[in-house]
Amino acid sequence: FLLQVKDLFSSLGVGCNVLELDQVDDGAGVQEVLSEITNQKTVPNIFVNKVHVGGCDRTFQAHQSGLLQKLLKENSAYEYDLIVIGGGSGGLACAKEAAILGKKVMVLDFVVPSPQGTSWGLGGTCVNVGCIPKKLMHQAALLGQALHDSRKFGWEYNQQVKHNWETMVDAIQNHISSLNWGYRLSLREKAVTYLNAYGEFVEHHKIKATNRKGQETCHTAAKFVIATGERPRYLGIQGDKEYCITSDDLFSLRYCPGKTLVVGASYVALECAGFLAGLGLDVTVMVRSIILRGFDQEMAEKLSSYMEQQHGVKFLRKFVPVMVQQLEKGSPGKLKVVAKSTEGPETIDGIYNTVLLAIGRDSCTRKIGLEKIGVKINEKNGKIPVNDVEQTNVSYVYAIGDILEGKPELTPVAIQAGKLLARRLFGTSSEKCDYINVPTTVFTPLEYGCCGLSEEKAIEVYKKENLEVFHSFFWPLEWTVAGRENNVCYAKIICNKLDHDRVIGFHVLGPNAGEITQGFAVAMKCRLTKRQLDETVGIHPTCGEVFTTLEITKSLGLDITQKGC
Amino acid sequence: AQDYDLLVIGGGSGGLACAKEAAQLGRRVAVMDYVEPSPRGTRWGLGGTCVNVGCIPKKLMHQAALLGGMIRDARHYGWEVAQPVPHSWRKMAEAVQNHVKSLNWGHRVQLQDRKVKYFNVKASFVNEHTVRGVAKDGKETLLSADNIVIATGGRPRYPTQIEGALEYGITSDDIFWLKESPGKTLVVGAGYVALECAGFLTGIGLDTTVMIRSVPLRSFDQQMSSLVTEYMASHGTRFLRGCTPSQVRRLPAGRLQVTWEDRTSGKEDTDTFDTVLWAIGRVPETGSLNLEKSGVKTSPDSQKILVDSWDATSVPHIYAIGDVAEGRPELTPTAIMAGRLLAQRLFGPSSALMDYDNVPTTVFTPLEYGCVGLSEEEAVARHGQEHVEVYHAYYKPLEFTVAERDASQCYIKMVCLREPPQLVLGLHFLGPNAGEVTQGFALGIRCGASYAQVMRTVGIHPTCSEEVVRLRISKRSG
Repeated sequence: FLLQVKDLFSSLGVGCNVLELDQVDDGAGVQEVLSEITNQKTVPNIFVNKVHVGGCDRTFQAHQSGLLQKLLKENSAYEYDLIVIGGGSGGLACAKEAAILGKKVMVLDFVVPSPQGTSWGLGGTCVNVGCIPKKLMHQAALLGQALHDSRKFGWEYNQQVKHNWETMVDAIQNHISSLNWGYRLSLREKAVTYLNAYGEFVEHHKIKATNRKGQETCHTAAKFVIATGERPRYLGIQGDKEYCITSDDLFSLRYCPGKTLVVGASYVALECAGFLAGLGLDVTVMVRSIILRGFDQEMAEKLSSYMEQQHGVKFLRKFVPVMVQQLEKGSPGKLKVVAKSTEGPETIDGIYNTVLLAIGRDSCTRKIGLEKIGVKINEKNGKIPVNDVEQTNVSYVYAIGDILEGKPELTPVAIQAGKLLARRLFGTSSEKCDYINVPTTVFTPLEYGCCGLSEEKAIEVYKKENLEVFHSFFWPLEWTVAGRENNVCYAKIICNKLDHDRVIGFHVLGPNAGEITQGFAVAMKCRLTKRQLDETVGIHPTCGEVFTTLEITKSLGLDITQKGC
Repeated sequence: AQDYDLLVIGGGSGGLACAKEAAQLGRRVAVMDYVEPSPRGTRWGLGGTCVNVGCIPKKLMHQAALLGGMIRDARHYGWEVAQPVPHSWRKMAEAVQNHVKSLNWGHRVQLQDRKVKYFNVKASFVNEHTVRGVAKDGKETLLSADNIVIATGGRPRYPTQIEGALEYGITSDDIFWLKESPGKTLVVGAGYVALECAGFLTGIGLDTTVMIRSVPLRSFDQQMSSLVTEYMASHGTRFLRGCTPSQVRRLPAGRLQVTWEDRTSGKEDTDTFDTVLWAIGRVPETGSLNLEKSGVKTSPDSQKILVDSWDATSVPHIYAIGDVAEGRPELTPTAIMAGRLLAQRLFGPSSALMDYDNVPTTVFTPLEYGCVGLSEEEAVARHGQEHVEVYHAYYKPLEFTVAERDASQCYIKMVCLREPPQLVLGLHFLGPNAGEVTQGFALGIRCGASYAQVMRTVGIHPTCSEEVVRLRISKRSG
């Protein structure tokens, strides 16, 4: 193989340095480092102008595709065209797109273990400790409900079905490992250099990378993208880091968490509480003030009251924990939580097996040397302000994803932003990321999908008298025979009367809300009006069809409960 | 003066919607509805095909089958349920039938609330303003009206040339009302009714065979159609392609012996079933209406009533909506909308016509197939191959991974015009919850969505529907 590669280079008239690992001192050590940097164990291991190309086959492939010739021509002042800090959804999308456009790209990714010692592979929050495991655990909980329903639909078994946490976690972690591996592979395929190392700016255009063993290397690039994301916040009270877990730990927890206190009212808190209760656990949510801040509050109220009344989740409102104490070690152990009222001197305490903190997330922007090169952050929340092309105040440094000030913290947004950024930087496109009307779904037991404005925000922007709000309860057909409750699933749209009844807010609470909402988001992108909604034929029998027959407005105030059929 | 402003013949989705809307507008309205028992003696209440022997019981039995799949999935997600789990037809059917009965009752109450006069009688025209109704006991009623809407729908077709077909076979009119399991079943037909029934029967554990003469899901996109049947075949439904039955015989033990001809080999073959279900199409219910007395013209081929874009028949004050009208999609929501719009045109200030373009629909086969707009074939025929760009992708639903389900047939394609901004002509989605996924995109297409706009829409992660806004690869690019 080596000879073939040598021949190729000499045919191209290119000189190459060959290091015969079996003939140098510490060849084994070099090979180990090589395999760590390149994820390739075999030789020959070919680099062109400091870019890792691969083995013999890949070198020939690169020659065929023209990549090799391109790499040979380039002779920049910097090692890389682009270094991306953070191997999450946004960072990887940006890196891969830049590589597709023929650029030399490096990705630095390093997961600092959680206080409980949890760490994970490449792919960032979404894949490892976010969307993916959360939706799978949500699915596990939905299947519990399906088991319950199935008896009504004729499936016959009497025994009390137990849930095995370990089986579920193993299956989910296996899937995640395959995704981690897939990301590694796709970086390699696109000849993106991947370093499993912590990146820190040391001077302009220069970054220091520190790996797990503390070994440091330095790298330079013309442009940088910061995509370091966020990590869960702690309370800063006695016992929190020692005994509490966060969403960073929950999805790979080796044992069933048992009786759980979820602290927080974010969507992370409600989703976790929802699936834990769905798996049969005793779950309490402790809420300081507002549930699902930023979301439509009517929807939030309906969603949480469903969780409370039909799903068995307990809510402790207007309390904050002040101390967590370990009573017993174990898997899980026993913890005592003391909480204080936000409205008075009252304190309460409770005993739980697990305390899960979901009180918010902090940007990973304070320990990456931004001050060394003068990138400004919002000192209060650590977020990075950028202009409409994701550029920071330092012109060659860009930022995408959850660390952006005032932008939605969502995987597909980060991916979109990352891709478009790479195309603007290295391609011919000038398309900017559009952060308007971004749809999202909260995967609580009753899913909540939305796009556009909440009712509160709409009133604030357009004034109540200029809005028409159409709404209805609906009863999914599948719920009827299953004997599930009526008048909990709910659909609402907010229309701007001054602009042809244009739909400016879409909200749905019910099964498969995510699947329903996506198409409506496309329609809103096409400036959907109420009239177009009315003209569209429904698909029968689905939940989504309710939106094609919305007649009752809030201003009319008619009853929207469904009567038996 | 006539007895009523509006007389509606047929108490199905379209007829009831039209009657209720007219009553809402302050008119005197009557509905005549009568269910002729099926050849096997099955009968049902108010609400028409959709509620009694169509969408509703079909989707519920589909759900029962889906739940069977979820019980198997549940193991992978940690639920310790002993497999296999047996299924009781009797229990399912009773639950489904009870729900349908509650809907029948609901429809009655709604008519009453809106002061629509309801007659459970079989209608036939006396003249162009008068209709005779005959009740079960033979009692006759004569009703006259200024406007008459025919919304009698259709009923399953039986084959006429096959010995034993009528005596021993059943149809979708009967299957949902069976008290006992149909057992090993032969479904004859290739339409969506045939495939949906075969799908849920297989899903609840019955030995099911589909016999198809030529092409399954003929009016649908053919690539999607083959994926639908491929999935079914890989999940246990047996397909006999290119075969036509020639005889159904009842064996002494009560089972049915079916003989068929394999049209490719010319050979005859035979097998024994417990149930034979004909799903070979539907015939409009126009035969007993005495239409010649009214002057209403029907198509000589389809027997359906000829209508113009205002839903008027050849007689200006007589209208036809729903499955009985020529050239209309046979779908509940279109009938409902057509009925409401018709009442609004007749009695309200509106002049809005029903728009039959871009009507979305979903086939509830085990892997659901949702579509809106043009099929690839139609798009090519209409615009020419060189002007059509088809974006497509296979995808794997997240929930399939842990459940170790095969996703070989989960597939999406979006048919667009090739010229920028690449207007979307059709969307085809094969996968779980296709109905829910498709609805919103149908709106997008109504709003004139272009490929570029779909791509600019941010996905909802992790869902199946986000795969639609991630379609990057066109067939042309390979």
